[in-house]
Amino acid sequence: MKRLHLPRTLAAGVALLAAIVLAVLIIPLLSPYDPTAEDISSMLQPPSFVHPFGTDQLGRDLLVRVAAAGRVDLALMVGVELLPFIIGTAAGLIAGYYGGWPNRIITLLSDALIAFPFYLLVAVVAFVTGTGVTGIFLTFLIMGWIIFARTVKGATASLAGEEWVESARVMGFSDTSILLRQMLPNVFSQAVIVLVSDMVALLVAIVTLGYLGLGVTPPTPDWGTMIADGQSFLATRWWVSTLPGTAVVLVGIALALIGDGLNDARRQV
Amino acid sequence: MNADASIISNQEHPGAAAGSHADSCHEPIIRVNDLRITTAMGNRPLIDGISFDVQPGETVGLVGESGSGKSLTLRAIMGLLPEGVVLADSESISISEHKRLAMIFQDPVSSLDPLTGVARQVAEVMRYNQHLPRREAQAQAADLLISLGLPASLRAADRYPGQLSGGQCQRVGIAIALATKPDILLCDEPTTALDVTVQLQILDLLADLRERLGLTMLFVTHNLGVAAHLCDRLIVMQHGRIVEAGATEDVLNNPQQEYTRRLVSAILPIPGEQDR
Amino acid sequence: MLLVLVLVTIGVFLIVRLVPGDPAQMVLGLKARPEQIADMHHRLGLDQSIGKQFTSFIGTLLATGDTGQSIAYNVSSRALVLSRLPVSLWLIGCSAVLVVAISLPLAMTAALHKGGWVDQLVRIVPTITLGMPEFWVGLVFVLLFAVTLKIFPVGGTQPGIDGMLYSMALPSLTIALAQTPFIVRSLRTRILEVLGADFVVTLRAAHLPERVIRRHVLRNALLPALQLYGMKISFLVGGTLVVEQVFGLKGVGSLLFSAITVRDFPLIQAIAIYCALGVVLISIIVEIAGGLIDYRVRGGLGGEARHQEAGGVA
Repeated sequence: MKRLHLPRTLAAGVALLAAIVLAVLIIPLLSPYDPTAEDISSMLQPPSFVHPFGTDQLGRDLLVRVAAAGRVDLALMVGVELLPFIIGTAAGLIAGYYGGWPNRIITLLSDALIAFPFYLLVAVVAFVTGTGVTGIFLTFLIMGWIIFARTVKGATASLAGEEWVESARVMGFSDTSILLRQMLPNVFSQAVIVLVSDMVALLVAIVTLGYLGLGVTPPTPDWGTMIADGQSFLATRWWVSTLPGTAVVLVGIALALIGDGLNDARRQV
Repeated sequence: MNADASIISNQEHPGAAAGSHADSCHEPIIRVNDLRITTAMGNRPLIDGISFDVQPGETVGLVGESGSGKSLTLRAIMGLLPEGVVLADSESISISEHKRLAMIFQDPVSSLDPLTGVARQVAEVMRYNQHLPRREAQAQAADLLISLGLPASLRAADRYPGQLSGGQCQRVGIAIALATKPDILLCDEPTTALDVTVQLQILDLLADLRERLGLTMLFVTHNLGVAAHLCDRLIVMQHGRIVEAGATEDVLNNPQQEYTRRLVSAILPIPGEQDR
Repeated sequence: MLLVLVLVTIGVFLIVRLVPGDPAQMVLGLKARPEQIADMHHRLGLDQSIGKQFTSFIGTLLATGDTGQSIAYNVSSRALVLSRLPVSLWLIGCSAVLVVAISLPLAMTAALHKGGWVDQLVRIVPTITLGMPEFWVGLVFVLLFAVTLKIFPVGGTQPGIDGMLYSMALPSLTIALAQTPFIVRSLRTRILEVLGADFVVTLRAAHLPERVIRRHVLRNALLPALQLYGMKISFLVGGTLVVEQVFGLKGVGSLLFSAITVRDFPLIQAIAIYCALGVVLISIIVEIAGGLIDYRVRGGLGGEARHQEAGGVA
């Protein structure tokens, strides 16, 4: 039996996310359909036994497409977030510990970032870096690290003022060792909570870019482009837009539950 | 319970003990009978069966150390118990019919809405209690505040509580209480948070108002010196019970309980008082 | 705030120079003839030195508020943005009003009946809505209220003020719903704090009616929520850009995305700068509103910490 009591929200979130990931991985393997195979004879069919999610305007099976798009978008979400997370945490540690100009730069950048409409910035940066997976990756590499840097900076700065840090320094520990052995473990949990909630925002942003035609480019399946495709048939073929959207919402709920759960767990400790 | 019996009988004929004001056998204006207050969760008694009466026109002091339950008793009489504590029996407090209660508080600054001008706050209370038109209430509020010693500039430009001193804020608090046209004024350590020099001004103001308006006052304080300045009668509380009660001079000059003796010996002179 | 404008302007200037490859080539396509490219270079001013480009860019921007002729429309970018502005402003205004109309009663009810069903709802709903893309919520609204129930139009705008309000209902609700969870949460916490403040006891002791007391509580709780709202203004503006696209509204957002598709550099620059300007202006309005609520933050940015002392919980 576990000693630490897991918050129920965390357990529910992890279970939901696991179920989604599993579904996204397995469905394309089991399904007889190819996510990109067009079939003009079965266009825009409603959900049925043959096509549980129906088909789109090119006769593609939506169930397997939603799953395949899930693979793309979820992989992007994790892959894109990793580097900014590492860079941001490192920058935040340094800025929080030493203060001075790194601190000022991060404050300035995060203020500017908050003040500027997110989707305008994303759209413009995505435009400069080009659309598609590379564009998304570059866009969020440029912008994504700042939120981690700000969080970690704040947490580190408040720790750095504490007595044990001063005594560690007096005892002859190097700055690097204090940062990595003492500060990092303490601020890490906070950074992870931000990571989880930021992943939701990132997924929404990836999907929104896809919807606007600035993100993942066809024929690679993506929830955003799928929703955009369905918009013209919204009145009569509701499933084409709403089902991929529901997938996004489910991932969002799973991550939000995990975030809440981690927050609760952190408060318990 | 038994220990309180003598005190209760004592209060039922306060004229004998208290002298001055309460020399008639009026109906008491406040009657507290076996008041019990407990925490909402457990049954830890905070007030453990206290009883006393207040006669019209009297000023009674509730004294004791912090945690003795004196402020809680006052809140219970006002009908504004804080969250988490409950009255065991709502019948245990009775106020004479058509008598209105008002209250002034310990921290004069935080007991005013920081974002509303003080004249407006007083005017608002007047509007809803005396059903005055807005303009009329505004004018009367300013008059009242100025008569209580606030600067006359208030009539032209309202001020926020944060722009006034503690003593001025307490005068506003008194104005709010008076704006409800009270018969009874409940005072919850109204001078404790103030500078010693301002304390006496506020006490004098209260004494003056009592005479002019014929207020009955119930005055809670931990400072026997302050209580002695104003009160006809004292009720000494400890651990949610009444340990001693009687006319102010009797209690001060001839305390019966060790606890009271300790309170009396801790009296600090109020600055400026000896001058008069 | 001014610094943000400066940063945006510099960033916007650099965009054209940062695009990999030749921007003229990107605009005209690979088959463009060299003289066409040279002509485009001249039109975009790319044949001059970078310093000269920058001074002339800033010069025209400051003098005329323009960033040059739109490539696609062949008219002044400023004029284009300004012509699309009214729709976007309507949308922002309606959303802002809706946010207030939804948040205040919800937060008040949640705080007054702590643990009640509204309180539970207010706590659970953000978990669900957090992962909802605004454009998708918009589409679902269209499906529900326009297609199925036929209460509101599918998109576009209708003439007249009532027509405009009617057309704005769904899009502004979409934007407002994305904003309310944060505001409600902040307001609820603050209302609970203020309800415990000393002055509330004074108001109760003064026999004021409950609705008057609530007005005082709300006023004291409002500032932090307003400041949070001010920080989220950029989300409001950003959401507007995307949601316009969903409802086929001819505002700045749809102009932006069509400008991106046709690679209309000067136009994108103008939109970015005007959006930043919009955020700054709305922030100033929010700040003035904050000053009206609390005299202590009047005429100064640094009021954030000061609201703490308001109410003074015992």
